[in-house]
Amino acid sequence: MTTVEIPLTTRKDWSSDQEVKWCPGCGDYSILAAVQMLMPDLGVRREKTVFVSGIGCAARFPYYMNTYGLHSIHGRAPAIATGLATSRPDLDVWVVSGDGDSLSIGGNHLIHALRRNVNLNILMFNNQIYGLTKGQYSPTSEEGKITKSTPFGSLDHPFNPISVAIGAEATFVARTHDMDRHHMQEMFRRAHAHKGASFVEVYQNCNVFNDGAFEGITGKDNRAEMLIPLTHGEPIRFGTNGDKGVIQGADGHLEIVEVASVGEDALLRHDEHHDDPGLAFALSRLSSGPSMPTPIGVFRDVARPEYGESMTAQVDEAQAKRGTGDLDQLLRSNSFWTVD
Amino acid sequence: MTRQTEQLDRVVIRFAGDSGDGMQLTGDRFTTASATFGNDLATFPDFPAEIRAPAGTLAGVSAFQVHISDHQISTPGDAPTVLVAMNPAGLKANMGVMARGTTLILNVDAFDERSLAKAGYAESPLTDGSLSHYTVYEIPMTSITQNVCKEAGVKPRDAERSKNFFALGLVSWLYTRPTDETLAWIHQKFGGKPQVEEANTRAFRAGYDFGETAELFDARYEVRAASFEPGTYVNVSGNTALAWGLIAAAKMASLPLFLGSYPITPASDILHELSKRKEFGVRTFQAEDEIAGIGSALGAAFGGSLGVTTTSGPGLALKGETLGLAVSLELPLVVVDIQRGGPSTGLPTKTEQSDLLQAMYGRHGEAPLPVIAAKSPSHCFEAAIEATRIAVKYRTPVILLSDGYLGNGTEPWKLPDTSTLGTIEPNFAVAPNHENADGTAVFWPYLRDPETLARPWAPPGVAGLEHRIGGLEKADGSGNVSYDNTNHEKMTHLRRDKIAGIANDIADVEVDDPSGQANLLVIGWGSTFGSISAGVQRTRAKGQQVAQVHLTHLNPFPKNLGEVLKAYEHVLVPEMNLGQLSRLLRSEYLVDAKSLSKMQGSPFRAAEIEAAIAEILGA
Repeated sequence: MTTVEIPLTTRKDWSSDQEVKWCPGCGDYSILAAVQMLMPDLGVRREKTVFVSGIGCAARFPYYMNTYGLHSIHGRAPAIATGLATSRPDLDVWVVSGDGDSLSIGGNHLIHALRRNVNLNILMFNNQIYGLTKGQYSPTSEEGKITKSTPFGSLDHPFNPISVAIGAEATFVARTHDMDRHHMQEMFRRAHAHKGASFVEVYQNCNVFNDGAFEGITGKDNRAEMLIPLTHGEPIRFGTNGDKGVIQGADGHLEIVEVASVGEDALLRHDEHHDDPGLAFALSRLSSGPSMPTPIGVFRDVARPEYGESMTAQVDEAQAKRGTGDLDQLLRSNSFWTVD
Repeated sequence: MTRQTEQLDRVVIRFAGDSGDGMQLTGDRFTTASATFGNDLATFPDFPAEIRAPAGTLAGVSAFQVHISDHQISTPGDAPTVLVAMNPAGLKANMGVMARGTTLILNVDAFDERSLAKAGYAESPLTDGSLSHYTVYEIPMTSITQNVCKEAGVKPRDAERSKNFFALGLVSWLYTRPTDETLAWIHQKFGGKPQVEEANTRAFRAGYDFGETAELFDARYEVRAASFEPGTYVNVSGNTALAWGLIAAAKMASLPLFLGSYPITPASDILHELSKRKEFGVRTFQAEDEIAGIGSALGAAFGGSLGVTTTSGPGLALKGETLGLAVSLELPLVVVDIQRGGPSTGLPTKTEQSDLLQAMYGRHGEAPLPVIAAKSPSHCFEAAIEATRIAVKYRTPVILLSDGYLGNGTEPWKLPDTSTLGTIEPNFAVAPNHENADGTAVFWPYLRDPETLARPWAPPGVAGLEHRIGGLEKADGSGNVSYDNTNHEKMTHLRRDKIAGIANDIADVEVDDPSGQANLLVIGWGSTFGSISAGVQRTRAKGQQVAQVHLTHLNPFPKNLGEVLKAYEHVLVPEMNLGQLSRLLRSEYLVDAKSLSKMQGSPFRAAEIEAAIAEILGA
């Protein structure tokens, strides 16, 4: 095999000539910048990179990347990207989506792409609101939320996107937020490196319709006390002085404790590669919304056969056994007769 | 006893029994034996939606009708000449189509009180005289089968399942069918289960021998081989031919074939067939729903595959939104609709042609796309190639219409010389196609071919052609998002004109009007071809003149169609719907197209077409 050198690129090479049209101050800008700046480091080619999206504010993302891109229909990006990724294993396929796109209209496609483990990097920008349709509650909005469509408060119990992804047995699940470029890039880099479906929830501020939704946990002064960093192999610990931690109780459920009261050895050590999704799921349940200490980082990173690769293997196997397909033979594969 | 063998020019046999009685298998084997024997034939499998409806009831009757002949035929026959009924329900459900004087072969073992009651018989038809105008053969098929199987150590309950092979053996004897192939097939199919193989073989032989020795039958019958053009033939169903056509088309275009599909009756057999053929590089993806079926196919098309999705009416409705995107993206895509009775779940195993208007108009926005229809089981092969040719050349989704009757029905097909199939050129974009004001070469995904109005197809992987496309309206040429109002109108016109222009690239309709004297034109589309042709032939046999046109291209229509229609005083449009084509013809050409409707889940009978023609022409 010959090694083809990847040309050196800069952020500029990955930015399209289209004017970015999100509202000024939108969290999407910082996510776009993080991605555009990360791409030159990933050792990939623009022409082999495709961004696929559905509908919503986040879904405009592909227009701003100087790669191949497909802005499709509401909720369907994982399905469309599945066809692309499985038929073109040579491509890097990213899906950019929002909470409504991924978890409401497109919930079915998301969970099936995850369980099949299609080689997709799915970035879900969660702003807990419908932005593009001007401010209705979303499937991740907190209960009782007052919006244009819920003047008396929403009745829906919200999805926890990480729980949904782990419930679907996604092989890579992570959470990050739009206020920390370095952390975002680390999560995106890990998602890209993972073979199979990667799901990254990005807490993203909609400064027009849901401003400050995550400020309580992602604000610079709040992070130490409110974000629980997950580091593989390390005890799960947070707080300004590292004084809080997570333990697993006798009945298996997780709880936040003062480290001093249980001792450091009692803390749960984070294991991304734990095969059973139960522990990662329990971690996702530590917080039911951005008003509580919330785990951030990689919840789960396990290996399972990638769908497109398995599909290709079946084709290869058939061709190794039967050759590359003879049309005349095909037409005669049932009983035939000859008239002279 | 010495028997004579009577020559028949054709015979229509209907096998009927419970859903679990193996009637489809029996019919299929009889058909195969007849096909290899050299008869022309057409089949009509007719079964309920339930896998195992309550045993013995009318709802559970599964039937298979086969028409074999010594001359060219085009339909599975208006009415059976022989009914093989494995139980009272099989008899009762089909008596409506049996003319007096026809033959009934009954499994008399199944005519017990309980089964009679289940079928709704107050009195046994065997004794109440209701069958006196028929030639009835009462044969204890179940008990004979059990007896011959007992010797091989097969339990009576298991042996009972082989009674369809007894029926097959008997009918094979009655119509002097060769037996070797059926016995070989039993061995091949059941070789892994020696007891089942033994039971089926014994039952088949017992049926055959029963005919020979029972002195019940005065004569055997023979339907001689029909004369076919020299060539190699197979008996093919529409769904199989369609799957093979897709494989052939992908090969012609040198494109990998990707099928995204969700199981739905009566289209699933295409998914089954294609999933077996991975050596052709075929990727089949059983999606989570109909939407993901077409979505994945469209994603694969963006990536440079021949994207295909297969479905039936309800699934086509779910795919409507993605079809709109495909029209906007202008990517090749083949969407196959094996129509069935609707609306909603309707009659999922029965045939209908009621999705024509959905195919034409069932989308949001102005979203024209080509629609083509197959006219016979074997024609599905050619239709799949034509759908692909148009999709690839014009970068457009194409809807290919077939239906349950074509999909499951079979006919002998003279295999084409595959070396003459030709090629389909994908013409992928390889280089930038536009120069910016500053002199830089760029790629414009919506810069059209001036002749076909097709846009370039540039799958990912080529440096310098990176581009973004989507469902938002695009600026003519550059393809960038554009909300400009005059650009939108221009793009709407361009999308329309591109599809309309395909009329220049398809053959004119051929008018079948031997005398040139007809003043009535019968025009149809899709699976009615066989029935209409038979009805037209009958009319001509009476000395009357009638012209026939059958459409494969429904959007756009062939260029000469208006002229052809206007040359006739009367236009009759038989369709298995409420008159969808006639509505299109009326609105497009302002002709007084009269509709002949049928929505009974089964194809037109030739006699129905003949009668409708007679009504217009006068007797």
